Amino acid sequence: GSGGFRKRKHDNFPHGQKKEEKENVNPSSPLMTSFKSFQLELDTRHDKYERLVKLSRDITIESKRTIFLLHRFTSAPNGEEILDESEVKLDAVRRKIKQVAQELIGEDMYQFHRAISPGLQEYVEAASFQYFIKTRSLISVEEINKQLIFTAEDREETTNTSSNSQDKQPHTWSLKVTPVDYLLGVADLTGELMRLCISSVGNGDIDTPFELSQFLRQIYDGFTFIGNTGPYEVSKKLYTLKQSLAKVENACYTLKVRGSEIPKHMLADVFSSKTELIDQEEGL
Amino acid sequence: VPKKCQKAREHFGTVRTQMESLKTKFPADQYYRFHEHWRFVLQRLVFLAAFVVYLESETLVTREAVAEILGIEADRERGFHLDIEDYLSGVLTLASELARLAVNSVTAGDYSRPLRISTFINELDSGFRLLNLKNDSLRKRYDGLKYDVKKIEEVVYDLSIRGLNKEATGGVGGEK
Repeated sequence: GSGGFRKRKHDNFPHGQKKEEKENVNPSSPLMTSFKSFQLELDTRHDKYERLVKLSRDITIESKRTIFLLHRFTSAPNGEEILDESEVKLDAVRRKIKQVAQELIGEDMYQFHRAISPGLQEYVEAASFQYFIKTRSLISVEEINKQLIFTAEDREETTNTSSNSQDKQPHTWSLKVTPVDYLLGVADLTGELMRLCISSVGNGDIDTPFELSQFLRQIYDGFTFIGNTGPYEVSKKLYTLKQSLAKVENACYTLKVRGSEIPKHMLADVFSSKTELIDQEEGL
Repeated sequence: VPKKCQKAREHFGTVRTQMESLKTKFPADQYYRFHEHWRFVLQRLVFLAAFVVYLESETLVTREAVAEILGIEADRERGFHLDIEDYLSGVLTLASELARLAVNSVTAGDYSRPLRISTFINELDSGFRLLNLKNDSLRKRYDGLKYDVKKIEEVVYDLSIRGLNKEATGGVGGEK
């Protein structure tokens, strides 16, 4: 710690004199008073950042669980139940996002962006996954942000928040997912869709892979349009996206070429290898 | 010294003009989105402002005063502002420069300045000790402060064992 350097020069310094000097600092001098307020300001800022990090972690965990839930969806009767449950989960996530929005009132969002970005990306991934299952299309960033406009729910909240005369709409909070976070979330979505493709084949669903191939190709085209003009993180995800697309395309190829030869219940085995599909013996 | 300070103040006029222009380049509520672009420069400017003010008055320039010198706001609410961490970073750079000034003052024969610098730096150090810092660049820079404190203490010590500061303090207390 900071005591180290004193010990080294110990024999050179008259200890008593130094202590006297330090005690001469007036604790209520203008400088010290300023620094006390700096301490308060920094502590407040750090506390807020930490609260946001915690919220972001909660958002990430619950979003991930929603994604796992949605992977269990099939066109079987319980599919509707799964969708309903996923909506409940996403509502819980949105409640956390509302808390984020409340923390950020009056703040510059970009000062705390690094704290909340991971959570928001994961939410985009979960929300867009659910949307795809329902509609077979990609949710837009506007649609996502529309769901992130919150109003005061109950009287308790209304009395707790001080109504500012500057607010045009009192007790409304909203969070705008930035285009970059949206893109990163969609990029992660493609990984989940790739898994969906492989598992749907195992369920005997041989239509979904082809739909997914189309869909992913469109997303891929979109990303290549952006190319290198986006931030570094986007370019990094592009690489994984390309791999996911390749896996889906290969799955479609295998289905097309060998699908009629292989009994449906064996199809899962054909797709069981994680990397390139291994060339298997014909006539299983 | 006063004349040099005056000249330095004039240079700040140019700074103010350029700040005006910088302010217009982006939406006011996205300051932190682009913050990193000017962070380094702003910290250096804080240091320079603090240095001028110290040479003039031997006090620590306040955030508000720096903001005025640079032609920007002190609070975020009012627009392009000085972030507290940038202010503190600039002040820490001042500490290093004052350590250097203490050494060179002695070389130049001014034996009283180091003592005054020492008092100032000790107070500054006490102030910084109040802060709970995170392990970021500000913290690293703060860790350097103790070396500045030590250097100045060494200068003061060197003077005191040779009785040189007695000549100096004789003048401070009032001429005999």
